[in-house]
Amino acid sequence: MAHAHTETHDPTLYYVPHGTRWPIVGSVALFSLVGGAALWLNGWAGGTVASLVGFVLLLVMLWGWFGDVIRESIRGFYNRQVDVSFRMGMIWFIFSEVMFFGAFFGALFYARALQVPWLGGEGHGALTNEFLWPGFSAVWPTNGPANIGGAFETIPAWGLPLVNTLLLLSSGVTITIAHHALRAGQRGSLLFWLAATILLGLVFLCIQLYEYHHAYTDLGLTLGSGIYGSTFFMLTGFHGLHVLLGMIMLTVIWFRCAKGHFTKENHFGFEAVAWYWHFVDVVWLGLFLFVYVM
Amino acid sequence: MATHSATHDDHDHKPQGFLDRWLFTTNHKDIGTLYLVWSLIMFLVGGAMAMVIRAELFQPGLQLVHPEFFNQMTTMHALVMIFGAVMPAFVGLANWMIPLQIGAPDMALPRMNNWSFWLLPFAFFLLLVTLVLPGGAPQAGWTLYPPLSLQGGYSIAFTIFAIHLMGISSIMGAINIIATILNMRAPGMDLLKMPLFTWTWLITAFLLIAVMPVLAGAVTMLLTDKFFGTSFFNAAGGGDPVLFQHVFWFFGHPEVYIMILPAFGIISEIIPTFSRKPLFGYQAMVYATASIAFLSFIVWAHHMFTVGMPVGAQLYFMYATMLIAVPTGVKVFNWVATMWRGSLTFETPMLFALGFVIMFTIGGFSGLMLAIVPADYQYHDTYFVVAHFHYVLVTGAIFGIMAGVYYWLPKWTGFMYDEKLGKIHFWWSTISVNVLFFPQHFLGLAGMPRRIPDYNVAFAEFNMISSIGGFAFGLAQVFFVYVLWKASRAGVKATDQVWEGAKGLEWTVPSPAPHHTFQRPPVIDDSKLAHGDVTH
Repeated sequence: MAHAHTETHDPTLYYVPHGTRWPIVGSVALFSLVGGAALWLNGWAGGTVASLVGFVLLLVMLWGWFGDVIRESIRGFYNRQVDVSFRMGMIWFIFSEVMFFGAFFGALFYARALQVPWLGGEGHGALTNEFLWPGFSAVWPTNGPANIGGAFETIPAWGLPLVNTLLLLSSGVTITIAHHALRAGQRGSLLFWLAATILLGLVFLCIQLYEYHHAYTDLGLTLGSGIYGSTFFMLTGFHGLHVLLGMIMLTVIWFRCAKGHFTKENHFGFEAVAWYWHFVDVVWLGLFLFVYVM
Repeated sequence: MATHSATHDDHDHKPQGFLDRWLFTTNHKDIGTLYLVWSLIMFLVGGAMAMVIRAELFQPGLQLVHPEFFNQMTTMHALVMIFGAVMPAFVGLANWMIPLQIGAPDMALPRMNNWSFWLLPFAFFLLLVTLVLPGGAPQAGWTLYPPLSLQGGYSIAFTIFAIHLMGISSIMGAINIIATILNMRAPGMDLLKMPLFTWTWLITAFLLIAVMPVLAGAVTMLLTDKFFGTSFFNAAGGGDPVLFQHVFWFFGHPEVYIMILPAFGIISEIIPTFSRKPLFGYQAMVYATASIAFLSFIVWAHHMFTVGMPVGAQLYFMYATMLIAVPTGVKVFNWVATMWRGSLTFETPMLFALGFVIMFTIGGFSGLMLAIVPADYQYHDTYFVVAHFHYVLVTGAIFGIMAGVYYWLPKWTGFMYDEKLGKIHFWWSTISVNVLFFPQHFLGLAGMPRRIPDYNVAFAEFNMISSIGGFAFGLAQVFFVYVLWKASRAGVKATDQVWEGAKGLEWTVPSPAPHHTFQRPPVIDDSKLAHGDVTH
């Protein structure tokens, strides 16, 4: 908190902060963000203002909270045991993110392996097809027997999605080079390769945006294009948001590297973001395989 | 807030001022208290909704409330009790007791601990405010099955976002508990010397992190289907409403174990204490808990036997479900074996623990009946299911929580509760809860569907009996609040040891436990631990 920098701490003990105002700010922020969104969804335009205020407040909270943690870290309040707590926190957070994507991958697999074939009359879906959706044949991609969202084309895997795959894989390499540079104490090299990682992420996002634009304007493929559009945009969209979040985190880390916050031995902030970036990378490989290629 | 420049590790005073103490706190005991008080408030709110339900069902016909409001009550009663009462109560107990049980100075991530709690009141405001919005609260049941849940009014967006906030809260709480248990144990507190409450919470926390994001995904798909034109649950677009049920119950089944495993842990603490014997089969208890957690991921579709799944899938889910009886049986037999030839005394925590063992087992048996596919075709969505999960959750989870509260209350407040009042609370609750829920088995077998405000006159007698039990049980919990209030203010001074047969680190600190404990890790003496000798 505001007074943290006036305190000292015995580094043989586990550091337990005394009071914090940021969580309640975070709660108000999230409440305003989602409460405003709920009002907006129910047709009350003022909700967007509340959401925006909540979002800004959330940024303030993150800035302040992480600021406190960084100051305490620089002052040496965190011993090895605290470091391990942070590592565990990040690992289990990433695991929770994996499970979140798991829900949407599960939906995709269920749709492709079971529900669409059943609608087409396979297995115990024979009567469903016969009486409810006669003439519907199960082929993927589909927007369902009622042709929800109209005719559409899909994005071929071996064009831009392949380029995006190579971009993200390269960014996994560049961040590893940056990590080695950090451990070797070469700040110039570290900053260069970290910047390269951010740039690769940025190009990836630009290509995704171009692809979305292309899908909406030229291919007729939208979020409303039945089950294909739903799974395609929700999976790639949530992934894109995570890439964006990862890039913001990498950018913060770039400035922290430039300010010399990290030492050869002690740079968990960098490692946490690197883990996150690799996680985003792995999710993309799943997307490339199951959404684009197959 | 510390404003002094001196080292702050060696003083023990609480923060001055209400906001500093409760709103900005990073102290595991204060946050534990907040969780427990919040849980009690939500227990009364959810209980009031149950009273509305039982009052309407007192007689056949529509007397008190509109059917729409009745449906809101069944939906909200479940959401409030699950996410507001049972889960926060266990997290509160975890906050209070895990650092004390493993010799840690606090939770691993104290600021995040504060956030985990303080998201809840905001989440529940979003959920409960729907009661007064146009169209009222959600009416589709807590499972929020589409298409029904998407056909209501304003409420669904609020409900979904409330669930998101509760999920964030649960995930952060679970991450904190895992980091605390794996990283904060005092030297010598090996994993297989940990108290079982800590063990069961370690496994529960893993379940929470694994499934709360899946629930978030499921309700996010509901949100986009409702407001953004996706077709996840719309067959016309190639989707399937049954998909929601699969994703939901992939969360939902581990969720019901999230609500019972910590209770197993509490019971495994209490029975040895009041039997004055070590827990029978400590390691078997740990492995049984882990087995139950593993099985919880591969049985979800037994909630959906009537939805139209291939026969092979139904058979698989039936057999997998029945497997759960094996590790659960290990636990029940171990509790009984712990009591075998022990020097038993029957203080209130022990009474609740015994009530738990017997009545939870009744709920387990009715669960086995429901696991049988052809039988479930008959039982599905009847009051038999309602009776089953209330035996598991009320006489299971809630009785477990109450046992834990009576057991550890002297450590929190420094006073012994009034034993006579505690026993009255136990017998009043136990008799009334059976009057409340046992007849519902018969109603269900006779064909009374759940979630309806009116019913065939053939069901009148058992419903009236059930409602009388319900009102009595509700009143017993008001009495419980009085017992707690009394014990928080005055009573016989509790010793550090509190219970003659209790073993473990939490009984080595003063009663009430000081604001900070174990700032330096304690030196562990295996003979003082309940499971210091891992051979038993």
